[in-house]
Amino acid sequence: MNSSAVSCRRVSKVFAQGELAVHALSSIDLEIASGGFVCLSGPSGSGKTTLLNMIGGLDRPSGGEITVAGQRIDRMSMADLAELRLQHIGFVFQAYNLIPVLSARENVEFVMQLQGVPATERRERAMAILADVGLQGMEDRRPGALSGGQQQRVAVARAIVSKPALILADEPTANLDSVTAEKLMQLMRDLNAQIGTTFVISTHDKLMMSYAKRLLKLHDGRIIDDIVQHDRQHD
Amino acid sequence: MKTPFSMLITVAWRNLWRNHRRSLIMLAAITIGLWGMIWMTALMRGMVDQMIDDAISTLSGHIQIHAPGYLDDPSIEHLIADVSDNPALEALLYSPQVTAWSQRIRVPAVIRSERDVYGVTLVGINPPREQGLSFIADSVVDGKYLQSVDDQHVLLGRKLAEQLETKLGRRIVLMSQDPDNNIAERGFRIGGIYDTDLQATETRFVFAGIETVRKLLKMGSGVSEISLLGHDYRHIDGLASEVRAVAGNAQTSTWMQLDPYMASMLDVMDGFILVWFSIIFLALSFGLINTLLMAVFERTREIGLIQALGMPPGNILFMVLVESVIMLLIGLLAGNLLSWLTILPIRDGIDISAVAQGLEWAGMSSILLPAVKVSDVLLANAIVLVLGVAASLFPAWRASRKVPVEAITRIWQ
Repeated sequence: MNSSAVSCRRVSKVFAQGELAVHALSSIDLEIASGGFVCLSGPSGSGKTTLLNMIGGLDRPSGGEITVAGQRIDRMSMADLAELRLQHIGFVFQAYNLIPVLSARENVEFVMQLQGVPATERRERAMAILADVGLQGMEDRRPGALSGGQQQRVAVARAIVSKPALILADEPTANLDSVTAEKLMQLMRDLNAQIGTTFVISTHDKLMMSYAKRLLKLHDGRIIDDIVQHDRQHD
Repeated sequence: MKTPFSMLITVAWRNLWRNHRRSLIMLAAITIGLWGMIWMTALMRGMVDQMIDDAISTLSGHIQIHAPGYLDDPSIEHLIADVSDNPALEALLYSPQVTAWSQRIRVPAVIRSERDVYGVTLVGINPPREQGLSFIADSVVDGKYLQSVDDQHVLLGRKLAEQLETKLGRRIVLMSQDPDNNIAERGFRIGGIYDTDLQATETRFVFAGIETVRKLLKMGSGVSEISLLGHDYRHIDGLASEVRAVAGNAQTSTWMQLDPYMASMLDVMDGFILVWFSIIFLALSFGLINTLLMAVFERTREIGLIQALGMPPGNILFMVLVESVIMLLIGLLAGNLLSWLTILPIRDGIDISAVAQGLEWAGMSSILLPAVKVSDVLLANAIVLVLGVAASLFPAWRASRKVPVEAITRIWQ
């Protein structure tokens, strides 16, 4: 049996909007096993992004407990959370993914540099992963000189280059054409299959959902459906 | 530090040039601010230095020795023994601590030409010894300097000669009081006319050889004062103590005691420099804080992204500080260069004769020489750098606390 990559116990998040309290998450109980490939789906405002924020340690829950990579993160200091993200979590955001003053290669090297990977190894790994995502020859371009799809592939390359145990992605295919999106999904699925990286992906994309081993449907801050999928087409 | 310094430098450097115009405006502000500090200070320092140099070279020296009571009543009655009668003092005056010294007789006198009469101070000097000690040896512009202690000529200031309606080669009569309170008077030929920056000096002092004055006043070997120079007018207390120890009953005074107005100018100048630096820095700091806050505000999403990727908050703070330090260092470099380039052409002085007459009451000369002190330059640089970094702490701290949700939600959505 796989160990738990993410564990949420009665996690809630309340935002204050003036005098109103908005319950973005309500008592979420969730267990995601290592090696899982989980998609979060649901309408806008259902709590997908908030849940990803909580799991990634980017925001603190109003209540409940969150454990990631065996560590309670809901009461961690900002510095400890940064260290946890650096060592265990990769992020792929929907937009504004890259540091604009760094080239594609430097963006991919950024996390490895924070991790203290030696320069030569860093460079080799960055070049190899950029080639894997089809960006050979574009390594020295800055984000402004790359298309949206190319930027997204750089972001994915950066997220996976250090082989984190957990990758959190928010609408990773939202800005991509269907061919690029499918290649990206296949890349993530391969990574999941080959080295057991756990993926938690927020998406509206039905094709993306079809790649998931497990589909969680959210509505009004609650998980209303938890579906385990067996998609032989992609396996 | 977890984050490699080279990476912080790279990111900070490139961030600095993302908004060229804003960074260049800020750099210009730092450059001009530092230039203003150094340039103005050099002129003010030069003005005060020159006022003090003038005051010191106008016979006071760094230290003077007088008979008790002389300063209250500078007459022939208050004399001290010739230095040859005090071997310990003589040895000190010939030591390396003393760069120049001389003995003088100074008495109030009346000078009369065929046209007019004025009250003056008659100064009997040892002409060779005044070289490098006071202004007189280098100020004779017409005729010649006194040749010996018993030279029979006198030296008059240019302005006094004008007022007496006399000139080089003519005769004047000097009248004073001898030790027995009798009037002593004698005619002298004008051997030289001296010129100084201060008209008050030209109308006040008439110079003659010390032996000539002694004969006029029918006096023995005593002198009114011994004047000496150390190495630095700011640091003469140690030398004054040594002089005091060997001067016996004589009264030893530093130039600061003899001219408290000038001494206070030094303190006023130091205070002025600090106030001046503070004003410029305050104006500068608002621009610096605003620039960095804008830069941080514009990069809220990016800072959130960097933190999401695992850069610790402390390193974010450091990264913004590095950005500020790079900007400050470039600005300081340019400011120092600009200061040097603008002070170099005026190193021989600025002629302010158009206003010098009005400022003469303050002892200012008509040529303003800039005085660049290394300590002033270092202080200006240190103030801009240290306080600049301090001013950057707030924007940097705000950047490091950006993780809270607004930065992140801007990324996700």
